[in-house]
Amino acid sequence: MGLLREEDLLQIRERFNGLVNPVKLVHFTQELNLKYGREAKQLLQEVAATSDKISLEVFNFLIDKEKVAEYGVDKVPATVVRNGINYGIRFYGLPAGYEFGNLLDAIIGVSAGQSGLGDASVEKLKAITRPVHLEVFVTPT
Amino acid sequence: MRLAHRFAIENELIKADCIESIEFPDLAQKYSVYAVPRTIINESAVIEGSLPENFFLERILETLEPAKGASVDGH
Repeated sequence: MGLLREEDLLQIRERFNGLVNPVKLVHFTQELNLKYGREAKQLLQEVAATSDKISLEVFNFLIDKEKVAEYGVDKVPATVVRNGINYGIRFYGLPAGYEFGNLLDAIIGVSAGQSGLGDASVEKLKAITRPVHLEVFVTPT
Repeated sequence: MRLAHRFAIENELIKADCIESIEFPDLAQKYSVYAVPRTIINESAVIEGSLPENFFLERILETLEPAKGASVDGH
């Protein structure tokens, strides 16, 4: 049985009609001892199936060490949202509830390659010359 | 899209993680996450709650200022 209801899928497909460039979801998981691991993978499979612009790659956190290092993933489940460029956008955990909307937004934003931020912010952000790591803690509700 | 993710699109030096606190309780405890959203900048500074775009960005820029960093390192 799917995690997403038919009416959810209709809405998602509608939102994804406007996707510009291909988006790749790079998912890291492990088979055992992972709460919500199976759900996270299934959810992403269902999301990826809604548009031919979205592809999903799944890696094993314990085995695919090269990819783990490439994406700097240090815990699972982890999902990177990227296009040809890896912007450093990651979701850790099951992106359900409120975060599901943020995942869809990230896919749309990454597809367009545009942040949608104001000009003043864009200028200030471009001036940053040191690494910045932002960790936003959320809950599903 | 979360502001943090928007920022990451604009500058490749910015990495933005969205973390489900309940699934990563050790990390949430490490960063004293009792209410969400709570944003940690470079494993040290904190932004509590949701802020408008300009305030959120200013907090990040403040954190990156060398003078501020030095005073924090001092004591």
